[in-house]
Amino acid sequence: MKKEYDIIIIGGGPAGLTAGLYTSRARLDTLLIERALIGGQIVTTDKVENYPGFEQGISGPELARQMEAQAKRFGLEITSGRVVSAEDKGDSKSVRLEDGNEYICKAIIVASGAEPSKLEVEGEDKYRGRGVSYCATCDGAFFKNLKIAVIGGGDSAIEEALFLTKFASDVYVVHRRNELRATKILQERLFANPKIKMIWDSVVEKIEGDDFIKGVLLKNVKTQKKNLLNVDGIFIYVGTRPNTEFLPNSVKLNEKGYIMTDDNMSASVPGIFAAGDIRAKLLKQVSTAVGDGATAAFAAERFIEGLSKQ
Amino acid sequence: MGNALKVEASSWDKEVLQADKLVLVDFWAAWCGPCQMVAPVVEELATEYSGKVKVMKLNTDENPEIAGKYRIMGIPTLMFFKNGKIADQVVGAASKSQLKTKIDSLL
Repeated sequence: MKKEYDIIIIGGGPAGLTAGLYTSRARLDTLLIERALIGGQIVTTDKVENYPGFEQGISGPELARQMEAQAKRFGLEITSGRVVSAEDKGDSKSVRLEDGNEYICKAIIVASGAEPSKLEVEGEDKYRGRGVSYCATCDGAFFKNLKIAVIGGGDSAIEEALFLTKFASDVYVVHRRNELRATKILQERLFANPKIKMIWDSVVEKIEGDDFIKGVLLKNVKTQKKNLLNVDGIFIYVGTRPNTEFLPNSVKLNEKGYIMTDDNMSASVPGIFAAGDIRAKLLKQVSTAVGDGATAAFAAERFIEGLSKQ
Repeated sequence: MGNALKVEASSWDKEVLQADKLVLVDFWAAWCGPCQMVAPVVEELATEYSGKVKVMKLNTDENPEIAGKYRIMGIPTLMFFKNGKIADQVVGAASKSQLKTKIDSLL
């Protein structure tokens, strides 16, 4: 396999695949590296309803498959592996993988995205796979006619709570505030669904059980009262954390660990660009990720042209 | 395709419980993204531990009775069996090195 590229893209979600589509069409030699599954977080999404062009929505895995095929059609090279370090050597950059392979390139587009945050409560690790889940589309079907708690109040939490009503007898949505951040149309569906009950102003203190989950101990943040909610499963959607562990310290992050960029997706190190959920920004969606990816690709192309003129 | 063999409810006892070596069963389903993530790793393990570990795949949609019996509540679940008993299990997509460490400790 080749060792030198014009551009290396780290991450194969919508941002990375779009960047790869654009750089390949610009005839830049591009390698995209994905550590897990092409498509990233959308692969665990039952239906994407707010990405334009699909009147009835499209399943996450199908959207990922189409984006991958489209980028490959123009020559994007994709490899699977975990990046352990990305280094800035001035005019060139290097990217090292867990398997020992090292690649040299002129510019890096970081599109490594984010992954679900944990609650960090007692019982969370112990009951992983015995009732604790972060993926409703993967595990929902195992909770037929059982009771489930969904933790969180954003779009993901509400989408997954609605999805889980296909299987569960009762879905309790536990949220630490008394209002939801989720998109209004999702809230309308939520409040209209007879299987869903809201538990406001509450946080999870502990996950309890024997071999499997028996319930979650909740604390009302206003009254400080604790109460055990009997459920068979708990699905956790309390935000995401960025995948930046391989980046050099010179790349500036915001206080939450997301990469700061200018309007052209350029990070604080020349030749390193960021796109998608990894970037510090207001809205993290497929529709904003693809825009980031296209801009990052174009900016990286300009950057490489500048190098050759020096 | 692949070196990981398919197991069904009908062949479960013979192939898994009565096996004479360590058995790794990958519980999976077609619609589960993380299962597709772990599948190539399972195939590689089947090749690398050929003759030492019997690597099998069980589709939880097609064999709900087995998934129910072992109370599978999340996939992918990788379950290890030794002499007909559960020796260990890993839930969620694990890396190859994590799984190799686990297998080596069970062998």
